[in-house]
Amino acid sequence: IVPVAGLCPQGAYGVQDSLRGGFSSVKNELLPSHPLELSEKNFHLNQDKMNLSTLRNIQGLHAPLKLQMEYRAARQIQRLPFLQSSHLALDTLRGSDDVIGFEDILSDPAQSEMMGEPHLMVEYKLGLL
Amino acid sequence: MATLTVSRAPLSGFSFDNCKRNALLEGEANKVGSNLPAARKTGTTICGLVYKDGVILGADTRATEGMVVADKNCSKIHYISPNIYCCGAGTAADTEMTTQIISSNLELHSLSTGRLPRVATANRMLKQMLFRYQGYIGAALVLGGVDCNGPHLYSIYPHGSTDKLPYVTMGSGSLAAMAVFEDRYKPDMEEDEAKRMVRDAIAAGIFNDLGSGSNIDLCVITKGKVDYIRPHDEANQKGVRTGDYKYKRGTTSVLTKMVTPLSLEVVEESIQTMDTS
Repeated sequence: IVPVAGLCPQGAYGVQDSLRGGFSSVKNELLPSHPLELSEKNFHLNQDKMNLSTLRNIQGLHAPLKLQMEYRAARQIQRLPFLQSSHLALDTLRGSDDVIGFEDILSDPAQSEMMGEPHLMVEYKLGLL
Repeated sequence: MATLTVSRAPLSGFSFDNCKRNALLEGEANKVGSNLPAARKTGTTICGLVYKDGVILGADTRATEGMVVADKNCSKIHYISPNIYCCGAGTAADTEMTTQIISSNLELHSLSTGRLPRVATANRMLKQMLFRYQGYIGAALVLGGVDCNGPHLYSIYPHGSTDKLPYVTMGSGSLAAMAVFEDRYKPDMEEDEAKRMVRDAIAAGIFNDLGSGSNIDLCVITKGKVDYIRPHDEANQKGVRTGDYKYKRGTTSVLTKMVTPLSLEVVEESIQTMDTS
């Protein structure tokens, strides 16, 4: 069981945020609870990185830059953070609008039983927290 | 429901929240000496064969849960597309969900290409998904079908490796079935001979492996036609009772008979309507 760096505490300055995150222990923060946890958390990120770097090698720098600009623009078209947005533009750009995976079937956020606190989530998104 | 102070949106897909709790529970259970319930597996014999006109897939029908038979007649040959079927061994839920997801993806893919899906596409989708989860999805599959390039047969292991071969077997009874195949396989067999061989291979698995049992299902896939024969052969039928322990009337002689009527009177009668809305 190897301690990994990807599970660092999420608060400001890398210190645990006891008020919002609850108590934490070194064991919880440093050791992953499942070998797949980290690789699944970063899966889409890593896949995008790989695809964009291949694209850069084949077609030059401008191609991935333009694509990333489009992704960023599409990612901004969303409802307020505590509501469900369909991510339709983002899915169409990515090509994941005609692919079904476990993220569409298991723990669909549209059907989660807990709702985020609206004020807190908007403050977190705007960076006011 | 009660709102929590949640500052990030919940993630979709697999959630690893309970892993630490489960590890703790398993430790506690082991200290006491008991075991947590096991996942339902299909300790299985599945096999596939390429013959002259296409592909034949065979499977037994027993699903086990530890040392107990959970399902005496489960269906292990899953539909992927009209010309591709897949047998699944390993954890039953994993094979079921994986084949359904791949079937949906293949349907979407074939709608956007406008062509009949190819077996190599299904194989590639399955192996990429299984490798992503590093073997934690316990699905060992035998994928077979006929597409525009002819009949194809693949075996896919839980960690994501695949083999393209003329005959494959998977599951706990795979050695018994492979013994039959290795002995009698010839390229370009006729349909009847091939069906008999697949039936014998699965029967070898059923009778010699504890994890496989009950009936033999067969799926014959040719260009343009699929024959899903369930069951092809009921190798294990439940026995019929030969004797009866009930005694006939008059076996014991009656000495005296006394009848006491109990007269009950209705005290109160009330109706309570059920809320069936």
